[in-house]
Formats: sequence, structure tokens, C-alpha cells
Amino acid sequence: MTATIELSAHRLDAGARRLRDEVRAFLDDERAAGAFVPRCDAWMTVPDPAFSRRLAARGWLGMTLPRRYGGHERSPLDRFVANEELLAAGAPVAAHWIADRQMAPSILRHGTEEQRRRYLPAIARGECYFAIGMSEADAGSDLASVRTRARKVAGGWEITGAKLWTTGAHFAHAMVVLARTDGASTDRQTGLSQFIVDLPAPGVEIRPIRAVDGEHHFNEVVFDAAFVPADSMLGERGAGWSQVTAELAHERSGPERWMSTVPLLRAWAERQGGDPVAARELGRLTARAWTLRQLSLSVAATLARGRSPEVAAALVKDLGSRFEVDVVETVRRLAGIEPRGGGPGLEGLLADAVLHAPAFTLRGGASEILRSVVARGLGVR
Amino acid sequence: MNDELSEDVRAAVGAILDGRDAHPGDFDRPLWTDLAETGFHLLGVPEEVGGSGGRLRDLAVVADLTAFHASRVPVAEAAFLAGWLLGRAGLAVPEGLVVASLDEARRTTGLRLSGCLRTPWARHADHVVTIARSGGERVVAVVPTGGGVERARNLAGEPRDTLVLDHVAAIAAAPADVDAERLRERGALARSVQLAGAARAVLESAGRHITERVQFGRPLARFQAVQQQLAALAAEATAMRLSADAAVLAVEADAADAGIAVAAAKAGCSAAAHTVAAIGHQLHGALGYSQEHRLGAATTRLWAWREEFGGEAHWQDRLAAAVSASGPWWPLLTGGAR
Ligand SMILES: Cc1cc2nc3c(=O)[nH]c(=O)nc-3n(C[C@H](O)[C@H](O)[C@H](O)COP(=O)(O)OP(=O)(O)OC[C@H]3O[C@@H](n4cnc5c(N)ncnc54)[C@H](O)[C@@H]3O)c2cc1C
Repeated sequence: MTATIELSAHRLDAGARRLRDEVRAFLDDERAAGAFVPRCDAWMTVPDPAFSRRLAARGWLGMTLPRRYGGHERSPLDRFVANEELLAAGAPVAAHWIADRQMAPSILRHGTEEQRRRYLPAIARGECYFAIGMSEADAGSDLASVRTRARKVAGGWEITGAKLWTTGAHFAHAMVVLARTDGASTDRQTGLSQFIVDLPAPGVEIRPIRAVDGEHHFNEVVFDAAFVPADSMLGERGAGWSQVTAELAHERSGPERWMSTVPLLRAWAERQGGDPVAARELGRLTARAWTLRQLSLSVAATLARGRSPEVAAALVKDLGSRFEVDVVETVRRLAGIEPRGGGPGLEGLLADAVLHAPAFTLRGGASEILRSVVARGLGVR
Repeated sequence: MNDELSEDVRAAVGAILDGRDAHPGDFDRPLWTDLAETGFHLLGVPEEVGGSGGRLRDLAVVADLTAFHASRVPVAEAAFLAGWLLGRAGLAVPEGLVVASLDEARRTTGLRLSGCLRTPWARHADHVVTIARSGGERVVAVVPTGGGVERARNLAGEPRDTLVLDHVAAIAAAPADVDAERLRERGALARSVQLAGAARAVLESAGRHITERVQFGRPLARFQAVQQQLAALAAEATAMRLSADAAVLAVEADAADAGIAVAAAKAGCSAAAHTVAAIGHQLHGALGYSQEHRLGAATTRLWAWREEFGGEAHWQDRLAAAVSASGPWWPLLTGGAR
């Protein structure tokens, strides 16, 4: 039993402040030009390729990638600052978010030189979007039980199976697929590999699934003996599980894991009308937000030092996603308004937030699973 | 915050505290003497006034560890408060145990002070540092104890005394730009660090207990319901530590966000104290409810410290006021009030 989860407080330097001001000025201009209206959960649900390309032109995609792959060689903490500004503004970043967040680092780390050249510069230009094909009908929290198989054939692999809940597959240029290449499903974590599948592709059918909010965010992606060339394997054959686990630290640790409803909180904070009960609750949420931001920042700083803080990331995601829901319920209780889908201002923000809230504590790992990760990290399992 | 220098302090203070038996009285004078020998009792207080020098984060390590061990020593009151006041006024640290009063005294003729001042640990102190006011002018003054001390205790049995001054002559005084409100902020910072330290003690004890205690033929830690509770406790304890550490760094840097950092840390740590204490007790069963078990030393401190220098409601209101005073919420959160 170790009593602490390794994490230490971090203060951003003056360079971060300059970058923050630049991003803020850009966002002010965009908003003033009517290029976007702030939305809750926009990082997952509001894709806007033109906006993504404008961000890329500013150098705010592929920020940490090496220059030779079209990146900007900035620190992960700079990336953190740019992203938290985008999230706080409720900007439409969903098109590139997954590619920039986890596929770029994953391809940089595990990809072949050819894969890096093919995907990384395009990601940094805001022109290549990714979807994640992990979950299946019978493999949710128990991801190791995936059934999608890849069979070796002449010149490549043939993939058969169905991925579920695949966010953004309908606009992505590629998806990463976790499939069994060796052994049987009883082998669990061994025998899994990752593939990059360009979309659309013959033998790959993308079926929309509408979510509770009535919108099309995720999909079922069916692979019917779909052929992929040998060089589409990402990383090593059989190393899929460890690669996915490393990816999860990126997937779970970002500021989006506590900020999905910050646009709502921000709008509510700026509309306080002297109700002392509301003021105190605003104070409570502000204290929590401040702490979560410090937690998120310290995870980012740990990642920046080249470590993979899986346990800390799980802990912060669990706290962060509960905060996201807390914001929705607090504002709903005290703002004295009714949510109005598609509406302007607080009513519209609240509508999205209420309808998306159930997803916060599921996607990227359900809270119960995250807590098990934390318990294991404390040495008690 | 784990830089090498603070790690050295952590190791050295740890060596003094580890394996020490709990002191039976309300003040562990032998421990205080040991800390004083190495200067750990006045870390973060400028050397020019007779403190030990070093940074606030080093002092925070001492406050964290003594809280973790439930040590009966006034680290917060001596170094965070009295030492800070003396440093700001440029007054030499007087002899013996020096603590601060939390209220402002009235300054009457000359340098004579009056008032009923909340002064934790006063009964054991040799000198008390207090802010004294006459009209709108404030000085930091040093008074000897020996006069009237009304004794009281907090829920953890720590001395929470009142010093009664009736025209007592100060032995030193100098003007300083401080008031009771700023002192309270400083105390809130100290208590945030201490609350996080006590929370870590609960977490460690709970983690150990559930791996040792066997029911239904297996350690409690094997039950998922128990694991989930421990993880929830760990999450709150970690959030407390991070917010306290971040507030220490902000204050140390004298940054624009220092004020909201302290308010957020104390509001958060005070609010989380219940969750930590409640889960801690639940996981320990009746054993943890007996006075003999060390859990109670940590949880009674959580219950006492969450109120001291303002509970969460006070600091939540302060944050809300900062939001309405400084305008946009997000810039406040990321940069502080300018
Ligand atoms: C909006 C949204 C977008 C998503 N996007 C993607 C995507 O792009 N790509 C992708 O691959 N997946 C995606 N997912 C899927 C997501 O990863 C899964 O929802 C998640 O891993 C949980 O799996 P599940 O939904 O099958 O729930 P289940 O695993 O069936 O869990 C249901 C409930 O049971 C609990 N539970 C399960 N096992 C245990 C256990 N051992 N102990 C205690 N409790 C347990 C869970 O915590 C949960 O509360 C998305 C999900 C959502 C909601």
C-alpha cells in the first residue's frame, strides 16, 4: 500500500501566458465574426473542419510533434494551455480532437517512418481526422474480450468484426482498430494488435447510431473481411494491448475530462444576479474547478516529463467527469431557466449539457473501472 | 512540488517524526525542541529576523508531515503566522515558543495593548505576536504571555486559547502592511496543507487496514465495494494535496492568483474533509472508532481544521465575490484577479 498517487503541483511559466493571450485573441475574433457559438461538450460533438484548419494555420495542431513531421516542437504544456482555452470557449474542435490528442502521439511512438510521414503532417495541417475502434458489442469495460479478428492473407490482413460507439467514424479519414491477430479470445490481453484503417474503405460499412440527444455522434463500424495492406499494422504484432493502455493515459488525462460543461458554468457565472445561494454554489464549483485544473495540469506536466501517469489520469478523469455533471445539475437547479435545444445563451448550453451528461462518466472508461484502476494503483487488489 | 530541496526537508523531518510515540500531553515539547534544533520550526521565516530561511514550500513540507503524524506542535501558528508577521514587520523572533493571535489588539497609550485575542497554543507560549491597531494604523507587536489565558480546545484536543490583554506593554513593535484578514488567509493556507496531510494519514491507515482485516475468509480489500470506497477516498485526498500544494506555490511566487488559490484550496479541503473522514471511519469499522486507534487523531483534526480560518462556506463566498468583482470567470480561474 502506497498512500499517495504520484502527482506534483506545477506552475505554468510566462511563455504559457503569452500563448494563452494569443489563443484568446484568436477565439475572440472568431466569435466576433460569428464563426462559432460556444457549445458544451463541443470537443466530442461539434466538428468543424474549416475551424480545425484555421487552428492548424496558427500552429495549434500537432503542437508537440517534431518539425520534420509538420509539427511545432512545443511543449506538452503549451498544448495544454491552447486546448484548455479552446475548451473553455466551447469551440468546435471535434473534427481533429482525437487525431491530435491520441493518434498523433501513438503514431509517433509506434508507427513506421512511412506511417508517420503519411499521417502526422496531415494531422498537423488539420486535414486528417481519426476515429477510435476499441469498443464492441461484447467488449466495453472488458476491452480485452474484443472479438474483431484480423487474419493474415497475401500482402496484408483481412479484418472481420464490428466496432461499436465509434465516435466520428462518419467524418474521419482513418480509424485505429484493435483486433485479435493471434490466439483465442481466452488469451485476453495477448494476441491483440492495432491497425490503421483508412476510411471509407471497401468491406467497411459505417452505420450511424443516434444518441439520446437525437444527434449522430457515434457509429457502428462493420468489417466484412475488409482487406488492409500489411503496412497498416500500427506497432508490433501482439503489442496491441500495451499500446492501447499507453494511449489511454493520453485519452483520459486531458483538460476535456473536466471541462465539457465549463462553457455552461462560465456563462452562468457571468449572469449572477445577487442570489446568495447561487453565489455560494458558484464559489463551490469555482473551488472545485480550480482544483481540477491543477490536477489536470499536473498530469500534463507528468506526461511532459515522459512518464505515463495511468493511475493519476484515471483518478483525475473520475473526479473531473463527476464535476462536469455537478455543474449541469447545479446550474439547472439555480438558474431558473428551461433548457432549449439549439437555443442561444444559457438555455442552449444547458440543453446540450443535460442531454450529454450520461456520457461523461462512461466514455473513456466508466467511473467504476477508473476507481478500480486507482485501487490497484494503491496496491490493494 | 517534489523538487529536490523539499525532498531533503521531507526526509530530514520524516526521520525526526517516524516511529515516535504519541505524546500524552497537548504539546509535544520534546518534539518541538528537536524541530527547533534543526530550525525546521521556523522554515520559511527570513533569516534576517532570526528565522531559518528557506522557502514556503519547505515549511509546507513540515506542516504536511506533522499533520500526517498528528504531531502536537504549533507549526502553523509559529512559522506560518507568527514568523510571517515578524518577517513582515522586520522584528526579531523572540525567545521561546512564539505563536500568533488571530485577532487584532487595540493599541492604547504608547505601546500598551488590550483585547481578548484568540490565540491557539497561548498556554504554552512564551511570547505572542499580534497585530495591534490604533485608528487605521497597524503595527505588529510582541507581548509576553503570563497574564490571562482562557483555555479551550478544538475537537482534536489542540489548545485554542484566548489571550486577555489589559494594557499590557509590548516588548517590541513595528509598522507593517498586514491585517487580521490577511492573517486569516495565511492561516487558511496552513490549514489546507495540514488538512491534506491528515487526509493522507486516513488514506494510508485505511489502505493498510483493508489489506489486513479478514472477513468472509478474505481481506476486505478483495471486495470491490471496499475498493471503490478506497478509490473515492484517494481521489479526494489527492485533490486536497494538489490544491494545497498549488496554493503554496502561488503564495510563494506572490502571484496574481495567490488569493483565489488559497480560497479555492481551503474551500476544497474543508469540503472534502467530511468525505475523507467518513469513508475512513466506514472502512475501519468499530476499531477505528476506538480512541486507541490512530485514525481518530487524523479525523478529529479534519473535523476541527476544516472550520478554522473559515469553513468552506466562507471561502466559497469569497470566491463568488472575486468572480463578481473581477468580471469574467475563466480568466480569473487561470490567472487570478489582477
Ligand atoms: C458518447 C460516447 C462515445 C464513445 N466513443 C467511443 C469511441 O469513439 N470508440 C470506442 O471504442 N468506444 C467509445 N465509447 C465506448 C466507451 O468506451 C464505453 O462506453 C465504455 O468503455 C464502457 O463500456 P460499455 O458502454 O460497454 O459499458 P459496460 O462495460 O457494459 O458497463 C456498464 C456499467 O457496468 C459497470 N461495470 C462494468 N464492468 C464492471 C466491473 N468489473 N466492476 C464494476 N462495475 C462494472 C460500468 O462501470 C458501467 O457502469 C463511447 C461511449 C460513449 C458513451
